[in-house]
Amino acid sequence: MNNNDEIKAKNTRLVRKLLFIVIAMFGFGYALVPIYDVFCDLTGINGKTNTSAADETVYEIDKSREITIEFITSLNESAPILFESKLKKLKVHPGQYYTVNFYAENKTNQPMLARAIPSISPGLTAEYFIKTECFCFLEQTFKAKEGKMMPLRFVIDPELPDRYKTITLAYTFFDNTEASVKNKR
Amino acid sequence: MSAVASEHEHTDDHHDHGPAKGWMRWIVTTNHKDIGSMYLIFALIMFFVGGTMALIIRAELFEPGMQFVEPQFFNSMTTMHALVMVFGAVMPAFVGFANWMIPMMIGAPDMALPRMNNMSFWMLVAGILMLASTLFMEGGAPASGWTLYPPLVLQTGDALPFAVFSVHLLGISSIMGAINIIATILNMRAPKMSLMQMPLFVWTWLITGFLLIAIMPVFAGAVTMLLTDRFFETSFFDAAGGGDPVLYQHIFWFFGHPEVYVMILPTFGIASTIIPVFARKPLFGYSSMVYATASIAFLSFIVWAHHMFTVGMPISGELFFMYATMIIAVPTGVKIFNWTATMWKGAMTFEAPMLFSIAFVVLFTLGGFTGLMMSIAPVDFQYHDTYFIVAHFHYTLVPASVFILMAGGYFWIPKWTGKMYDERLARLHFWLSAISVNILFFPQHFLGLAGMPRRIPDYATQFSDWNMVSSIGAFIFGFSQLMFVYIVIKTIKGKDCADATDEVWEDAAKHGLEWTLPSPVPYHTFATPPEKIPTEHF
Amino acid sequence: MKKTKLQLVYLTLMMLGLKSVEASDYTLNLMKGVTKTSNDIYDLHMLTLWVCVFIGVAVFGTMFYSIYHHRKSKGHKAEQFHENTTVEIIWTIIPTIILIAMAIPATKLMIEMDDVSESEMSIKVTGWQWKWEYEYLDNGVHFFSSLDEKSNQARKLGSDIDPRTVDHYLLNVDKPLVIPTNTKIRFLFTAADVLHSWWVPDLGWKTDTIPGFINEAWTLVEKAGTYRGQCAELCGKDHGFMPIVVIAMDKPDYELWVKEQKALAQAQLAAADREWTHEELMTKGKSIYTSSCASCHMDDGSGMTGTFPAIAGSSMVTGDIGNEINIVMNGQGMMPAFGSMLSAADFAAVITYTRNSFGNAVGDLVQPSKIKSLQAELVSANDDDDDDD
Repeated sequence: MNNNDEIKAKNTRLVRKLLFIVIAMFGFGYALVPIYDVFCDLTGINGKTNTSAADETVYEIDKSREITIEFITSLNESAPILFESKLKKLKVHPGQYYTVNFYAENKTNQPMLARAIPSISPGLTAEYFIKTECFCFLEQTFKAKEGKMMPLRFVIDPELPDRYKTITLAYTFFDNTEASVKNKR
Repeated sequence: MSAVASEHEHTDDHHDHGPAKGWMRWIVTTNHKDIGSMYLIFALIMFFVGGTMALIIRAELFEPGMQFVEPQFFNSMTTMHALVMVFGAVMPAFVGFANWMIPMMIGAPDMALPRMNNMSFWMLVAGILMLASTLFMEGGAPASGWTLYPPLVLQTGDALPFAVFSVHLLGISSIMGAINIIATILNMRAPKMSLMQMPLFVWTWLITGFLLIAIMPVFAGAVTMLLTDRFFETSFFDAAGGGDPVLYQHIFWFFGHPEVYVMILPTFGIASTIIPVFARKPLFGYSSMVYATASIAFLSFIVWAHHMFTVGMPISGELFFMYATMIIAVPTGVKIFNWTATMWKGAMTFEAPMLFSIAFVVLFTLGGFTGLMMSIAPVDFQYHDTYFIVAHFHYTLVPASVFILMAGGYFWIPKWTGKMYDERLARLHFWLSAISVNILFFPQHFLGLAGMPRRIPDYATQFSDWNMVSSIGAFIFGFSQLMFVYIVIKTIKGKDCADATDEVWEDAAKHGLEWTLPSPVPYHTFATPPEKIPTEHF
Repeated sequence: MKKTKLQLVYLTLMMLGLKSVEASDYTLNLMKGVTKTSNDIYDLHMLTLWVCVFIGVAVFGTMFYSIYHHRKSKGHKAEQFHENTTVEIIWTIIPTIILIAMAIPATKLMIEMDDVSESEMSIKVTGWQWKWEYEYLDNGVHFFSSLDEKSNQARKLGSDIDPRTVDHYLLNVDKPLVIPTNTKIRFLFTAADVLHSWWVPDLGWKTDTIPGFINEAWTLVEKAGTYRGQCAELCGKDHGFMPIVVIAMDKPDYELWVKEQKALAQAQLAAADREWTHEELMTKGKSIYTSSCASCHMDDGSGMTGTFPAIAGSSMVTGDIGNEINIVMNGQGMMPAFGSMLSAADFAAVITYTRNSFGNAVGDLVQPSKIKSLQAELVSANDDDDDDD
């Protein structure tokens, strides 16, 4: 028969183990954030493209097919920015580098911090859409009423599966001037 | 020292021979029976609080047009109804049954950690009070649905941090409760009882305990991220800072789906305890029940994104989560077949606990069928976020979890009080509930299929008739539950009630240790572990 | 055919002991919709429904047989068996096979729905609290679509208007989305504030709109007609009041409609150039206020404490007109920027209206031409769009 102290000791050991699981799972919740990013890269959820400049590798240009790239611009919470793509559509050959220009202008009389967030559709093409230069890598600062031309340089990896004929690249500009968008009220 | 209650170690000496006198008994008690009662009473009160909110919702939806409340308050009601019912009513009610019954079912003198037990109850009360206080704050209570999806939830007024802290408190309370239950089951069993001789209620709670420990911290993490996103400039879920609102949904449902099973697994356990007693037969397929429960629990961790088929997942994700979800039908089916086989060739009688249990098996299966239909991802593109979903999960929660809670109440209250409840009234309560719950929820299938989205305070006129039917059902169902309170109080008072025998139900002692104890059950039980285990034939 | 099936469903439901209903024209089942996708979804829905009905009849049948015959009151003696491996294996394997049989058509359909390639035109849909923005990427047509005025009046708390007297109550918009028939249309979804979900049951699907991200879906409608839907993801207080109306037109009609839209845009610009009277501005301003401002600032301009400031007696509104124009133009906090949402005339009208209503009596007015010059930047952007065609 168990004696009481033994049970107490067993309980303490078990509680410690269980508490360890609790703490580990709390950590796991946070670990899901980077895991999700990795997962997104692998599966193309939400079409997240690379967030820092890729090296300009030389690819063999695939002249045999043409991919249509669409450029779409949006503003979050109608941020006071004029934002447009100078080109709406571009037909490209995989493996060839292209530069396209976007124009953004601060419509307010104050300096502004804003960030463009890219999203690609279909999401699975994100890993084949390689950007060597993009205004979306960093937060952009604008002086009052300042407008600027912002280049994007990219290449489509020739490995892109044949079934994709059209890729849509969307940028949404977020006005981050006030510390955080959500605190604005 | 023999196994005289470990409670001696933990409580004041004057708790030795019975409860302390006066109201302080309830504040400081570490007795599993007292704490169990407190959990159950608290859950019952919350059931009516959450129910009142549901009736406000159904009153507004009685007719098209806005009659009673503003849309924002309506959204607060749907949100608070869900949070109160999930965290305040259903979960605490099962913890209450666990407190009362697990030590008695496994021949233990008390819970393993009696003081933590007391603390986890009072933390639950504090958490719910904090949640309720948000109703009176500027900007109103959270109104973003119980899922608290950002960015919408970040538009909550002053209530946001309080809602988050209340989730923390409720989480800690559940985690402490779960740890306590696991420790009790693993360490406090009568030495003669092996794991595979435990009653299924104990088994399901053991598995539920592990689920809770695994998921509550994840939820706590998710809401903490909401808090820091709003106040400390992190951007976990804010696209502007490189975050992603969909990430929250993944984390939430990683918690949320197992959470659903936290509410249903103990339901399975109680049903598996009640049905054999009234069929006068041993439970059919005990070990397959245990394995089915364990596999349902395991599967619950890999199906979460079926709540998010329309967020724009890649096709591989859609298919994976569809297949995984469909598989759940197999172990769930096994359970339903086992219950049916338990009834087969028995000698059934139909007292209130059995009636509620049979209704549970039938109506839960209906909820399971709609669940299977929704698991088909392409079709879910129509079902998602409609009243079809509302009907589905209410079928798995109300005529399932809530019915089984009622069944458990009627089943064990004679043991607790030593008095038989009023069977005639209880059967009336059953029939009123069983009929009205279908008037309430069945038409919601039609509404959803016809195109009514969920969480809307007003609707197009073609949805009028079924909404009216549903609302009528809601009011009948809601007021029928007052009968339960009346029957319980009458039984506790004991006047005009027959005395219960020790066994209470015919040959019940064959089915579980709790029926070998006297009725009413003494304040301290199993100071010495039992020698004979009635369930040893498993 | 459809009717008999439905009646069968009724009968089955009655057999299951569930509430039944008197025969009527209510929609009880999923609608078939008007696309191949929605029809395939309907078929799959019926398949799973029948599988469930079949299993249900078998299981409940057995159970009720047992409940009826194996009861103590009938003197039935309980047998004591409690396991049977063969039976248990059978009832694990059979459901698995049924599931596999269901998964095959489901997978096929899912893959078909996912394939947006070879679409002939694209429409960008942006979810707002609480309206939809449509942008035709191929021809530059661009507009907002929100709940129609009649529904909006009737849905107010204590409005005393019977919703049954309103045509398509809560399912009607001021400006519907128009699409051509027999054309594979790709939709691109995004949101400007919180999550929304664009759902037209007749098309067969809904897709979430997420701020900062785009989602895709496609449709091909064969039959001309009007199809209605709603936002399906909780998006705040007026979630229930942002319907979707899609009008499918045969191609020639659609082309005509596009021409009209372009002419309309020109006319709006022209309207801004003439001089408006105070009365004209007030009348127009009242209707613009009701459709664009009242959902937050309330019909009587009283706002909502703590969330949406009052218009009545506001020092902002009654103060310098330039400040008010600036806020309405560029937004502030929860207040969206209306600069690109309202035409110059509408904009001028609503400014004039707010300064002279709800007890505010500044007495001044602003001319559309003034707003037009302030909007110049936006206007130049719109011109660019047109040039691209």
